Amino acid sequence: MANLHMVVCLKVVPKPEEIRVDKKTNRLERTDARSELNPPDMNAMEMALSIKERYGGKISILTMGPPYFEPLLRVGLAMGADHIYLLSDRDFGGADTLATTYTLAKGVEKIEGVDLIFCGEESSDGATGQVPPGLAEWLDFNQITMINNIELAPRKKTIRGRREIKAGHEILEVPLPAVVSVAVASNEPRFMDYRIKDWAFEEERMTVWSKDDLDVDAEYIGVSGSPTIVSDLAQAATRERKREFLTGTPEEIADKLKVILQDAL
Amino acid sequence: MANKIWVCIDQFKGEALVTSWEAVGTGRKLADEVGAGLTALVFGEGVENIANTAIHYGADEVLLADDPTLADFRPEPYAALLAKLAEDGSPDVILFPTTTRGRELAGMASVDLNTGVLPDVIELDVQGDKVTAIRPVYAGKLLARTECSSKPQLVTLRVRAFGMPELNESRTGTVTKVDALMAEDEIVTKVVEYATVGAGVSLTDASIIVSGGRGTSNRPQLIPPDEITDEKEQEIWRAQQGFKLIGELASLLGAAVGASRAAVDANYIPYSAQVGQTGKVVAPDLYIACGISGAIQHQAGMRTSKVIVAINKDPDAPIFKLARYGVVGDLHDIVPALTEALEDRLSY
Repeated sequence: MANLHMVVCLKVVPKPEEIRVDKKTNRLERTDARSELNPPDMNAMEMALSIKERYGGKISILTMGPPYFEPLLRVGLAMGADHIYLLSDRDFGGADTLATTYTLAKGVEKIEGVDLIFCGEESSDGATGQVPPGLAEWLDFNQITMINNIELAPRKKTIRGRREIKAGHEILEVPLPAVVSVAVASNEPRFMDYRIKDWAFEEERMTVWSKDDLDVDAEYIGVSGSPTIVSDLAQAATRERKREFLTGTPEEIADKLKVILQDAL
Repeated sequence: MANKIWVCIDQFKGEALVTSWEAVGTGRKLADEVGAGLTALVFGEGVENIANTAIHYGADEVLLADDPTLADFRPEPYAALLAKLAEDGSPDVILFPTTTRGRELAGMASVDLNTGVLPDVIELDVQGDKVTAIRPVYAGKLLARTECSSKPQLVTLRVRAFGMPELNESRTGTVTKVDALMAEDEIVTKVVEYATVGAGVSLTDASIIVSGGRGTSNRPQLIPPDEITDEKEQEIWRAQQGFKLIGELASLLGAAVGASRAAVDANYIPYSAQVGQTGKVVAPDLYIACGISGAIQHQAGMRTSKVIVAINKDPDAPIFKLARYGVVGDLHDIVPALTEALEDRLSY
């Protein structure tokens, strides 16, 4: 399927360990935090690349966000993707999952001819896991979420995705076009290929679309398209844990633990 | 009384997931608080018993769609039916468990009903006619209070964050049968295969997790067999001896085996066992960390565990900051001793 067109949705997130909340204003301080590509999205990218290696086709990166995301998205190109579509507009800001999936769906429609969309299982910041099913529903694409393996039947134009379920696994088959979300840690994402770094940073590898470039209804994007709001944000209380060190021979320690854990067991 | 709080029951092969009852219990409390009724939605084939159990756990009414096309969860017939029922019944709130299927269904319903989702919440309150939900964000570092201005308010409840309700078999309610909306030939998703594995508890479902880290290989006195000459492979062999001890303790406790990123990066154990920011996020009742230093990225995956026991040779390891009980010692000594001590527990 040499003309297979895949999209990988990438999100740029602040490193969770570097963000904090300003105690006075209760606002998120992310200025000190460095950004990274959402780690689960790397598993999605790796799965798409493995399909491209085997069956050919091309991979477009799709992202909604501000222009400063660009250098990180270029890393996706250096991993083996072909083009970046960045949906960037002040009016896209403040979007919840409903407005985000709407906007991304409009981006996919504008790209045209997309067969298969890969998303990470969830993002490390918002962690909703809601983008893959929402995106599929806006586009009326089929979907399989949380897969750790994919098989493509190029002639039948179907995919089979395997996912872990309670105490086992299942394999689902759907016709293309489809959206899949890739379970975190289901593969080992490759590093960028430094030999194509210069190529990856060439200007023509990236297209930026604003709201005027997309066929969007202003009511459905950004804050106005977002029914959910975050009213308050607080540092998760690090539970004051009473700490107790157990000492003695391994056998004595084991006996103490046994008594202590009776409740938990 | 109008039944305006709804709960979607997640079932697999005719058996409801336990977390579905947590959702019913939460729905019951919510309904009582606002003076509403609670409706449970049960989709499947041969699931009448689930409908009755939902009533015993607190539902006033069950909308039961019992049909071969709904036997396995598939997104399109489930979402289509949910959207239709919600349009007709206009509930204020629909609760789902945060399972793979619950997340899919909520995400689709959000678009179909043009409303918002409050996903993976750990606390739920009512203010006026709105629910407010607390949910962990940024790898559990922050808690966000969120609400939804449109209806129905879709809420997915984090598994195990809400307690189990009491089962009351004398509770009564009504079961209303509803028809499936799609015929089999309209449904394109096919379940090709499923298999259950007898052994092994999945990390996300486990109430106890025993995890290993770098320290699993830190036992110089273990001498690998002669045929393993490569230094890296010797290290992996040592780590496997450590994970064997961890596995024995885990199987005795009915626990899942987890690992730190350092352990999976060093090829001690497959990536699927990884607990942490780039692995599974877990919140068991008991987390036993063996030879894990406790890097921030690991903490992000297990810090909300109820009781944490840390076993590490290094008294300064950061994991001890999180631990309720700490043991400064070698896991290769402590873990087998604990297994042995706990073995008599199995006699009952």
